[in-house]
Amino acid sequence: MQTATITNTTVTSPATSQNVLKMAGLLVISIGLLGILVAAVGANYISPVLTGLGGTIVFTIGALLYIWQSRRYKSTAEQNHGLWQQDATSRGASAWVIGFVLTGFYVLLYWFPDTLQGLIKATEPLSQWLRNRPSDQWFLYGTFYTLAILIMGVYALLKYRNSRYHIIRTISVMFFQLGFAFLLPGLLLMLNQPEYYFSYFWPLKYDYLFPGTVDYLVRDGAALGVFMVFWGAVFSFLATPVLTYFYGKRWYCSWVCGCGGLAETAGDPYRHLSDKSRKAWRWEVAIIYPILGFVILTTLFLWINSWSEGRLLGDLSGGFASTYGFFIGAMFSGVVGVGFYPLMGNRVWCRFGCPMAAYLGLLQKHFSRFRISTNGGQCISCGNCSTYCEMGIDVRWYAQQGEPIIRASCVGCGICAHVCPRGVLKLENGPQEGRYAGSPLIKRDELRILS
Amino acid sequence: MEKITAQEHLVIIGNGIAGVTLAQRVRQQSDCRITMVSAESRLHFSRTALMYVYMGHMRFQDIVPYADWYWQEQKIELVHDYVKRVETSDKKLVLREGPHLHYDKLVLATGSSAAYYDWPGQTLKGVQGLVSLQDLELMEANTAGIQQAVIVGGGLIGVEMAEMLRSRGITVTMLIRDKLYWHNVLPQEEAQLVTDHIQQHGIELLLQEELQEVLADASGRARAIRTRSGKEIPCQFVGITTGVKPNIEFLKGAGLDIDRGILVNEIFETSQPDVYALSDCAQFRNPAPGQPMMEQLWYTGRLHAEALASTLLGDRTPYQRGPWFNSAKFFDIEYQTYGTVPAQFTEQHESLYWQNAEATKAIRLLYDKGTEKLLGINLLGVRYRHDLCHHWLQQGYTLHEVIQELPAVNFDPEFFQRYEEELMRQYYTRFPDRQPPMKNSTWWELRKRFGLFSDSISC
Repeated sequence: MQTATITNTTVTSPATSQNVLKMAGLLVISIGLLGILVAAVGANYISPVLTGLGGTIVFTIGALLYIWQSRRYKSTAEQNHGLWQQDATSRGASAWVIGFVLTGFYVLLYWFPDTLQGLIKATEPLSQWLRNRPSDQWFLYGTFYTLAILIMGVYALLKYRNSRYHIIRTISVMFFQLGFAFLLPGLLLMLNQPEYYFSYFWPLKYDYLFPGTVDYLVRDGAALGVFMVFWGAVFSFLATPVLTYFYGKRWYCSWVCGCGGLAETAGDPYRHLSDKSRKAWRWEVAIIYPILGFVILTTLFLWINSWSEGRLLGDLSGGFASTYGFFIGAMFSGVVGVGFYPLMGNRVWCRFGCPMAAYLGLLQKHFSRFRISTNGGQCISCGNCSTYCEMGIDVRWYAQQGEPIIRASCVGCGICAHVCPRGVLKLENGPQEGRYAGSPLIKRDELRILS
Repeated sequence: MEKITAQEHLVIIGNGIAGVTLAQRVRQQSDCRITMVSAESRLHFSRTALMYVYMGHMRFQDIVPYADWYWQEQKIELVHDYVKRVETSDKKLVLREGPHLHYDKLVLATGSSAAYYDWPGQTLKGVQGLVSLQDLELMEANTAGIQQAVIVGGGLIGVEMAEMLRSRGITVTMLIRDKLYWHNVLPQEEAQLVTDHIQQHGIELLLQEELQEVLADASGRARAIRTRSGKEIPCQFVGITTGVKPNIEFLKGAGLDIDRGILVNEIFETSQPDVYALSDCAQFRNPAPGQPMMEQLWYTGRLHAEALASTLLGDRTPYQRGPWFNSAKFFDIEYQTYGTVPAQFTEQHESLYWQNAEATKAIRLLYDKGTEKLLGINLLGVRYRHDLCHHWLQQGYTLHEVIQELPAVNFDPEFFQRYEEELMRQYYTRFPDRQPPMKNSTWWELRKRFGLFSDSISC
């Protein structure tokens, strides 16, 4: 018998140089981290600008080099290799260390900002240049946060490079974080205008519709302040329902929002850690809607208090507001929301805590054209969709029965459709009529997961 | 056919997709006692997803589609035990561990395992197939720390195994009997595209080559293979992916007619009363013209079970598989097929075929030259809507009718480049006298017009 032999010529040759460059990237990352550490603790001995800001720049270069080397040469189907086998992405020891360090950083940031003086000083020149005023812990936090989205945005762009949906979506979250949540607020401060984030709205930025904030914006910001109040109100009550009707919750949660931006970039390596059990869904429903109710009540109380000049409710509304600020604004969204990334997945806050997500979710479930369609009888129940759903939705439950997925929590990131090996899922907007109808090519259970 | 009564006991051997679908569909309309017996695993898992556990994309618990609460709430009893033999005269199963199990109706959904063809050395350590959970565990052990592997057979399990091994940095050589990978199923162009893609992933393909023998080292482990042409290839692992054979050894003496599989009629009845067999382990006595005797796929397992469930529920439903469909993935390239696209074309076959310059995407619309009826669709790297393709094939659409609705069929994610225009250009070049429609219908319009959705609203 004749034998045709074809040897491969295209692969394996760059392996060595790839590993060397990867190591170089790790070395540069380490130097950067040391610089940042020195800035934090040794600001009295050496200029924290040199070590801190310099270290941050060096860290960025190293991280980009490492990400490029470790992602560029992996084909798109290989990107999730070993995720459940590696320590850092499967709740191993290093995951716990990263979780503790992140959580600790948030505790310092919120309640002991003085301990971060060295790092705050390190960002002083940047703050002066952008905002024309001294740096503080929130500027330090904003800088790190934006940098995390930009660096890990490059990671997401490489990881999902064969999908235009993910490329455009990732660029969108990078753009909104850098432009709307970092540069623009800084610029406003430089121009002596109120600091305002045009990409955050009530009820996520709960105090934007509190009487105190409205009062301050209108008084201090004059015409621009009035516009800001108008913008916030329009987005909360008009643009949000309209956009959600046409595109689902995703227009905000996985395209614009900064929390979503961090989750989709820096949080991407942890998306499979979300709990998919029915119990987790019960917790989700039991927590997130009461929080939305709490924000609405707090806002109402504050306005009633303001109109009645404190006669009706006394100090109650103020107590509501500060309680919410402590437990939800700081504890939940920051400490737990990001600190627990490596342990509970990247959308803990968005899934269990965010009032905006609850509001968008109700709209998405009941007043929207959005759904994830299932392709006939093609599902093989493999579970990639459910595993990689950061919101903990058991996507497979619906897909294997040929049903569309219409869930309040779905943020429309589109990863389920991306990891499906059989092309079974598609995010799409269609008529509300027949929205829940499944494929006729498969018989299904009438059983509901939550009753 | 009487509907199974609430007092009767339905026992299913096997908890793969066929057994599980049967249990679910029967439970929907009957309160009978249902027991599923499996020696492989207590809970049903997705067999096709075993590869993702090896590659670290998922853990075993992630490929289990229904948690414990589901089986409890559905009152489907699970028995994790091995059936030693079936005594049809007493209607009972003899288990290895537990007490005997009496049945009123028995369904055999025992699946299959790797088929071997009496190669010298095939029982050596390091030689194995990949079908069951135990195979996966064995593969973990057999591939720990090794450098080189050989895969025998160029089918779907073969390429899955190749992808698994590459994820651990193991060098892979595949022995393929045909001139190209999967050329017994794929036409020339598609087979060439996939063959090239597999090679680009670092797999060495030995085409038109077969296994002669596996050679042992001193410890009785595979150290190399020799091919038919006498070539010796060093390897510490040999993957056998040359097809599967039904798991029916334990049925000897049960009084069932058995050929290659358990012989069944069109409603899955075996030669014994109240005993049925379906999916991988069954063989049709009289398959419909042009249909295979055995069907060993995930999808056919589900379709068999849906038909048999109707029969057990009192509505005699002969199995009809309807327009064919299948899907797979070759490393980065997804594959979908609808209808029938044979590997070799005859005089009667004509097709519109398009592939991109990088040879990562391809679309073929195959039609009958005389009647111009659509015969089948092959897709590589492009997703089409199953519901609409099924409708076209079921309704006997001509190519012209298909072209009118082509823009609505694409199922790729938003913002992806669309290629349907390339096919339409080809079509109107080939038939210059025909006119494109004034307006393209969207999927939603067609879905409504043809009623391509179910009425059931659940969850």
